[in-house]
Amino acid sequence: MEKQLLLGDEAIALGAIHAGLSGVYAYPGTPSTEITEFIQTHPEARERGIRSRWCTNEKTAMEAALGMSYAGKRALVCMKHVGMNVCADAFVNSAITGVNGGLVVLAADDPSMHSSQNEQDSRFYGKFALVPILEPSNQQECYDMMQEAFALSERLKEPVLLRIVTRLAHSRAAVVTGEKRQQNAFSPSTDQWVLLPGIARQKYAALLEKQGAMEEEAEKSAFNRMEQGGNGRLGILACGIAYNYVKEAIGKEGHILKVSHYPLPQAQIQQLAHENEAILIVEDGQPVVEQDVKAMLGTGYKVLGRLTGHLPRTGELTPDNVAAALGKKCSTVYGKAQNVAVRPPQLCQGCGHRDVYGALRQIIEEMPDARVFGDIGCYTLGALPPFKALSSCVDMGASITMAKGAADAGLRPAIAVIGDSTFTHSGMTGLLDAINDNSPITVIISDNLTTGMTGGQDSAGLNKYEAICLGLGMDPAHLHVVTPLPKNIPAIAELIRQEIAYEGVSVIIPRRECIQTAARHAREKAKAQKAQ
Amino acid sequence: MKKDIILCGVGGQGILSIATIIGEAATKAGIHLKQAEVHGMSQRGGDVQSNLRLSTETIYSDLIALGSCDLIISMEPMEALRYLPYLSKDGVIVTSNKPLVNIPNYPEEKKLFEELAALPHVVQLDIEQVAKEAGNARGANVVLLGKAARYLEIVTPEQLREAVATIFARKGEAVVEANLKAFDAANEG
Repeated sequence: MEKQLLLGDEAIALGAIHAGLSGVYAYPGTPSTEITEFIQTHPEARERGIRSRWCTNEKTAMEAALGMSYAGKRALVCMKHVGMNVCADAFVNSAITGVNGGLVVLAADDPSMHSSQNEQDSRFYGKFALVPILEPSNQQECYDMMQEAFALSERLKEPVLLRIVTRLAHSRAAVVTGEKRQQNAFSPSTDQWVLLPGIARQKYAALLEKQGAMEEEAEKSAFNRMEQGGNGRLGILACGIAYNYVKEAIGKEGHILKVSHYPLPQAQIQQLAHENEAILIVEDGQPVVEQDVKAMLGTGYKVLGRLTGHLPRTGELTPDNVAAALGKKCSTVYGKAQNVAVRPPQLCQGCGHRDVYGALRQIIEEMPDARVFGDIGCYTLGALPPFKALSSCVDMGASITMAKGAADAGLRPAIAVIGDSTFTHSGMTGLLDAINDNSPITVIISDNLTTGMTGGQDSAGLNKYEAICLGLGMDPAHLHVVTPLPKNIPAIAELIRQEIAYEGVSVIIPRRECIQTAARHAREKAKAQKAQ
Repeated sequence: MKKDIILCGVGGQGILSIATIIGEAATKAGIHLKQAEVHGMSQRGGDVQSNLRLSTETIYSDLIALGSCDLIISMEPMEALRYLPYLSKDGVIVTSNKPLVNIPNYPEEKKLFEELAALPHVVQLDIEQVAKEAGNARGANVVLLGKAARYLEIVTPEQLREAVATIFARKGEAVVEANLKAFDAANEG
């Protein structure tokens, strides 16, 4: 037993290592990135030979993890919530195939959209796929639940979804570590994981049959706990991290059912309802449990929460909005300061994306009909002043395909801006569509040799971008590589003008290393030289 | 005893290092701690903050409630004001007095400093100047920690000083010395 100060993400990573993990599969995404990074650099992970290299996207990650599970070993897949959309096909079907070695899928949700384009709640995916969900309330549970998640997965022979939120992922607290389990031996499944309709029907029926066992596990789970108290007026059902805000507000006063293991423990909820006049559902994210409990208890029973306005419909929970829902007054002394301005994030001074937008800005001013379709990455900041260059940013890879669709409808010029890592994540297939259709679009792959926004992780297609484009069928005459520097802005703008005039697919690759990773590489080099 | 602290500034100013040092001191002293950080996009020249909660009792919430923050430690004067609704009645602000202007609509500096000065418990310091004078131009964040040391109360300035040495130990003796100098230059015990 050892005590360490860990982020929620790090506690999950260490818990997984100690639970006998053999491989982590992930694409970087805030707030989940630190889990994989921790495993990549942890000496025990190296000793145990845990596979930890970044994947191209969440779908390849999910499938590879399922393959490792097929072979009998424990695998972890990590992603931010929207990654669940990318891997949904594999995730949902992994519940139908079932698993061999323990398989845990970690989804880090981002209520309040601190670094995301929506605040979807991954618990819907768990329900949808009919698998158990664990939702830790603190850093210690993050660690402890990894052990339980793998054990549960192997008992039920099903994947387990572990859901956290930004505030837990990125908050640090002391964690006491426990027993270390051995990794599983190599023992491939002898069962057929072939989801042909005939087999899939049987497997789906088997999954439905397991629901009873899943409910039983949740009902007796140590992570679901009733705390007696209160005066019988209001019972509180607190999910995951919400428990902390409830305890912060009312201490030992309330009648609280802490829920961290799903499917919902129905008997305990019935008891809470029976002993109170109403129930307040406190959950971070969307009103998933509130809807279920409402349905469970019927229209005659008062269920309060986000849908009834007792808590805000959107945004993350805070100690303040939870206290207010519990009838506690917040005691602000000072109002908002007068002399404070919004300070949005911005592209670093010296960043190559700046020079790309410098050139694009000229094009937009010359051609007011031009539209630039953006994508997910640091370069999304090109939507903000001073560049104000982007018309859209929707999901990973959508720049190329949206430009293509708009061009199909007659939009000229249609320009796409996508980063190198986002291009390999989900842009390549869209480019193939455009090439096959000879769509008149100009694609800018702004290549900074890394996955910049999440802190400089490996980019899957490093040094392969020209080869990928040519392999997809790009005409070499319309494939260009340029160096984004302030002095080159006029030449880049001229090249864009020239390619816009071409009625087919053009790809321009402005390539210069991210200044953050360049500085880090320089420091590492200096350190290595010093050590010699 | 509890201390709720908001550390704030602009991405890249080193507030997480301050949090790490306080965290080390608190952990060594056996004090409960929770520290919520901001990672991701907001690092890039935008506002950043960290909620640091220290207590002799169990801490539940990772976030500090409005009106209950005991101490705001800020690397930038406007950023100190951003978290004003969190400050408690007797709460203290310890802040750099050098604006970092990277937005076009930065408030008028005279008005900004008037608003700061009108608050009851504000300590301002030119941390960059003090860091330079101490021979460690990159140690402005440690200077700020030195200035704030006497207001933490739940850990002593001496415990913080030890934590500075522990945290920088892996970077070599020269770096430890430079940072202790920066800390001492502003620490008033």
